[in-house]
Amino acid sequence: MTAAPLRMTYREACRQAIRDALLADPRSFVMGEDVGKYGGCYAVTKGLLEEFGPERILDTPLAELGITGAGIGAALAGLRPIVEIMTCNFSLLALDQILNNAATIPHMSGGQFAVPLVIRMATGGGRQLAAQHSHSLEGWYAHIPGLKVLAPGTVEDARHMLAAALADPNPVLIFEHIVLYNAEGDLDPAVTAVDIEHARIRRPGRDVSIITYGNSLPKSLAAAEALAAEGIPAEVLDLRVLRPLDMPAILESVRRTRRAVLVDEGWRSGSLSAEIAARLADEAFFDLDAPVRRVCSAEVPVPYAAHLEEAALPQVADIVAAARELVKPR
Amino acid sequence: MTAKIPLERGHLQEIYRQMLRIRRFEAKCVELYQAQKIRGFLHLYDGEEAVAVGVMQALEPRDAVLATYREHGQALARGVPMGPLLAEMLGKAEGVCRGRGGSMHIFDRERRFFGGNAIVGGGLPLAVGIAMADKRLRPGAVTACFFGEGAVAEGAFHESMNLAAIWQLPVLFVCENNLYAMGVPLEDAESQTDIYRKADAYRIPTMQVNGMEPVKMEFAARTAVEHIRAHGGPYFLECRTYRFRAHSMFDTQAYRTRDEIEGWKQRDPIERLRAWMQDNHQLTADEAARIDADIAAEIAAAVAFAEAGTLEPVADLERFVIMESVVQESPR
Repeated sequence: MTAAPLRMTYREACRQAIRDALLADPRSFVMGEDVGKYGGCYAVTKGLLEEFGPERILDTPLAELGITGAGIGAALAGLRPIVEIMTCNFSLLALDQILNNAATIPHMSGGQFAVPLVIRMATGGGRQLAAQHSHSLEGWYAHIPGLKVLAPGTVEDARHMLAAALADPNPVLIFEHIVLYNAEGDLDPAVTAVDIEHARIRRPGRDVSIITYGNSLPKSLAAAEALAAEGIPAEVLDLRVLRPLDMPAILESVRRTRRAVLVDEGWRSGSLSAEIAARLADEAFFDLDAPVRRVCSAEVPVPYAAHLEEAALPQVADIVAAARELVKPR
Repeated sequence: MTAKIPLERGHLQEIYRQMLRIRRFEAKCVELYQAQKIRGFLHLYDGEEAVAVGVMQALEPRDAVLATYREHGQALARGVPMGPLLAEMLGKAEGVCRGRGGSMHIFDRERRFFGGNAIVGGGLPLAVGIAMADKRLRPGAVTACFFGEGAVAEGAFHESMNLAAIWQLPVLFVCENNLYAMGVPLEDAESQTDIYRKADAYRIPTMQVNGMEPVKMEFAARTAVEHIRAHGGPYFLECRTYRFRAHSMFDTQAYRTRDEIEGWKQRDPIERLRAWMQDNHQLTADEAARIDADIAAEIAAAVAFAEAGTLEPVADLERFVIMESVVQESPR
């Protein structure tokens, strides 16, 4: 007998994942701005201070560099910190610590030290939070050797990726999309763990691979639905892990469909989608029936006004148009 | 609180030996640099030896140390063996970091030596975190964090002071104030040139110390460490010192005068301690000669070890970028 699926929000899935982590390992703790008394800027840690106390749910001053560096130090010396950075825009204040220490010390020390640290941060646009709270910088972090970069796009991944990240001996960054927090999804009670190595086909299809992650995943699934109505069977591949990229899965899908649309909420220039496109050109050139297309954010600071923000971010119609053009050339 | 220092002959000779060992080691480093066996940046500690040697007297194996990029002295005083240290600087697989770190990035897990950090101020937040972990996992352990006065202009300094203070973490902040951030004089860079007052503003107990005098440094460090172990919270030492040599090997020293350098050399911690000990019958000529010979032998052995070292296979270039497991960090 299989248990009925649990319906919950992405936010609740994140919260349960943190709660499980705190229950499972006394070395784990959460530190970040407003994670305690306030309950988290996006309410992810609500109620956890009451349950675990101020040593495990640690409110910090507004000092992204300091708290990230402290998380790295705590990981070096045996704890399992979960650092929360309110939005990835703020993480730039901590970039020095993330790159120069967390990503670097294991190699630079000749393997003497590992940094088993998890940093969660909110990413992306779509809630009219304007240019300093809406950017998608996960592609930048995916540039850095020594880091693992995760982008849960489903409630299941939001629920289970954290445990895998904490079990990993390397610094792992988890990018939670702000639009997804309120999204609901079904959780199969039989699934108690996920890997953080593989991309996943979320919708199989024959004629074009839409390769994406994060909040562009539901948009891509909606686009695939619209394309199906037009008679175009599109596959949707959820990257899930942005570093290291699951190239075998990407290549397998594209070699089968012979066409690729990359959907990435980062800016086009120098983006993660640019990297994937370059690798497809390197490794799948002769398997392609059409050029690789990209749907990215417009190269502007994400604006406040709803219609401008909508125009700045990848939308379902853009994905549909890009895929349609590849499959049915004019 | 008054810390007790065993001021007997043997201990004084040991302090003298440790400082001289650092000085002579770095003189050999200059030779090896000029012979192009050490490459990259090389930052020498000459003149500042009393700070590292003094502080290390107060530390125990369970304590942690974070160092700067001018850290050969800090590493040697902490007990990092000279052979693997020099092999690292020669880029050999037998180096402490298998040739990946070089002069500026000496790490030694066995001695809880969490690295030379070449981002000015970059080690301070790490010290806060290590102290957070130790407070829970190794109660009583102290994290000593070395940094120069240049670091106090960085945000990392202020964030770390504040975190250590509000969370009452066992961090010994050791500011090596050598008066120049590379070539920028202290008074051009700081509105408040009494650095200890900055820590005072964070309500961290502080002491300004003459960093040219090893016994005063040891006394200050023991006082600070006893305070930290007794009360849990941080302590801040501003150590007034001077580097006799250039910032690195690429520095014409246009920013300071020969007279100024010569003036400070009159306060050389090694020469002055030797003179005092000889005048006060704490060091005979024979003992001094034996110390000289022991150090020379140790350096010769380190050079031989490093020169005989092998090169890390290029096939292992990417090894340790991604770790397969968490290395258990444990006290010696």
